Amino acid sequence: MKEIKYFLLKLIDVTALNFLEPVVRLCYGEEPKVQLEKIGLYILVPMVAFVAFLGLWWGVADNIMTKSGKVPTPPVVWHEASSMWSQHLAAREQRADFYKKQEVRVAELEQKLAQLETPQFEQRLEKTKADLEKLEAENSPRAKSKRAVYESMASQVSNLEAQIENAKTAQYAGAPTYIDQIILSLKTVFFGFAIATAIALPIGILCGISRVFMAAMTPLISLFKPVSPIVWLPICGIIVGAYINADNSSLPPAFISSAITVALCSLWPTLVNTALGVASIDKDHINVARVLRLGFWSRMFKIIIPSSLPLIFTGLRISLGVGWMVLIAAELLATNPGLGKFVWDAFQNGSSQTFAQMFVAVFTVGIIGLLLDRIMVIFQRAVSFDNAQAMAI
Amino acid sequence: MSFFELRHVDKSYGNGKDKTQVLDDVNLKIEENEFVAIVGFSGSGKTTLLSLMAGLIEPTNGAVTMQGKPLKGPGPDRGVIFQSYSLLPWLSVFGNIELAVKQVFPQFSRAERRAHIEKYIDMVHLTDASWKRPRELSGGMRQRVAIARALAMQPEMLLMDEPFGALDALTRGTLQEEVIKIWEEQRRTVLMITNDVDEAVLMADRIIALTPGPEATLGKSFDVHLERPRDPATLNFSDEYKHIRNEISHYLMDLNTESKKLKIPTHDLPLPDIRPKVFATA
Repeated sequence: MKEIKYFLLKLIDVTALNFLEPVVRLCYGEEPKVQLEKIGLYILVPMVAFVAFLGLWWGVADNIMTKSGKVPTPPVVWHEASSMWSQHLAAREQRADFYKKQEVRVAELEQKLAQLETPQFEQRLEKTKADLEKLEAENSPRAKSKRAVYESMASQVSNLEAQIENAKTAQYAGAPTYIDQIILSLKTVFFGFAIATAIALPIGILCGISRVFMAAMTPLISLFKPVSPIVWLPICGIIVGAYINADNSSLPPAFISSAITVALCSLWPTLVNTALGVASIDKDHINVARVLRLGFWSRMFKIIIPSSLPLIFTGLRISLGVGWMVLIAAELLATNPGLGKFVWDAFQNGSSQTFAQMFVAVFTVGIIGLLLDRIMVIFQRAVSFDNAQAMAI
Repeated sequence: MSFFELRHVDKSYGNGKDKTQVLDDVNLKIEENEFVAIVGFSGSGKTTLLSLMAGLIEPTNGAVTMQGKPLKGPGPDRGVIFQSYSLLPWLSVFGNIELAVKQVFPQFSRAERRAHIEKYIDMVHLTDASWKRPRELSGGMRQRVAIARALAMQPEMLLMDEPFGALDALTRGTLQEEVIKIWEEQRRTVLMITNDVDEAVLMADRIIALTPGPEATLGKSFDVHLERPRDPATLNFSDEYKHIRNEISHYLMDLNTESKKLKIPTHDLPLPDIRPKVFATA
């Protein structure tokens, strides 16, 4: 029992879900009064606040009339969310159905082909071919009709084969569901985040170890950091469009330009934090490296990077948050299929139903952003060697 | 020619009006396998002196030589035990020592390296904690790791900067004894910087006073002829111990201009014969 308790507490600590700690402790009867107080503070109070927020929303929304009808109230949004979910399920079922039917069709065609390609048929085909060659060699007038017979026999086979090929490669062409759009948005943000990290980490480390490089980079960083995604996007769109054609690329240009926009906006926190982490490395640790006469690379990988990892991850965490925020705006403008485009389409549609869908999107973006942040917190905790540091951030 | 020498070493920071002369004309000779302690008041430039000897900083004037050759920066031939332990917090006890051993003995096979590291972890009694991170260790344990790391490099010379300064009295006593024991087993040239005269007399062959800074320089040198192994429990009753201890203390008091101003004639007062008992016997 004790082991389970410590395991749970450790798990809560690692995942940074500290509000659950008093619940676990209460279950084990540890100082019930203190735990109840904590539960009240960390669970009850936030819940009350949330309910109050819902009430306020309800009250205000009911009194605002727009062209798209009333501002959706919480139950309307909830209803819309559940209907979007059932639409997603229905679409998934349809897709599964499509592929199931496809399988059946392929099986049927293959069976037909097998029936056709009996040894007798092959023999007849061979014989017809031989006859045809003979007649043609003799220049006989019957050659023409024989050729027609042969070709119709051969085309029976090739027709069937083509049909099978067609049936196999056919793709389900239904519109992407809301969940598909979320997944696409996540792909875009991670692609952009990966680009940002690949650029920001090396430059940040260089800034941290070389004062000259830092001096060279400072004006560039200060200049480009405040630029809004709305500016980057059209520029990226044009440049990406010059190199990547929408028809013959595995990645659509809208996807790439949104990802690059995300990267351009989200690389700064990582860059600045990495530079800070590397520059503020403990002098004692550098002395250890000097006494040991560590070479450049071992100094880099054994001293500098590990010691700045907590700050690097702080930067990455902020970057991912910024990236996710920027992405929605980028997708909205680039009409890259994703949450941003979903909101844009809903806006264009302008019905009271799509108005509610926009509210669902707000909560989706919020919840996913929260989850991404939690994931980064876990990473951040895993690499921080100093508890105090992890708590402060 | 001595094993390690400082000749007319000056160290100053800054220029012109802002110039602070920390060390002024320091001359020091250390023989091989000698245990030298430098005692001085805080702020007298002890850490600067040690950093010079470690090669972490360069003298403004003068020369620092080891075996006749001038120092070229820091190196693993001089193991340094820093006052602040300087352990890498993201590595375990084993990892911290391994980093040093890997660098100093690249020719070791994996098994040899492991055995080597474990030997030194054992020597400082940390076998059970070898997979712990520094933050899970007490101050005394951290200092033990720092000692093990310095020793595992098998340096020709060991430089210790107030190694026991941040420890409580009991831990300090235990660690002092451990270090002496290890030193007696594997003789090595040691330079220790301390502000504790008792510690210096207990451990060193020779004690040199550092005059208060700025412009600190080395003062009188005292040879300690106490027989080894020295037992702190019985040492308290040794006349020679008391004598040398008093002599150094008086000398240091005289050096301190502030205490001179106060004019308390400490030399005339006989020191009491009672000394606190050292409980650390482990």
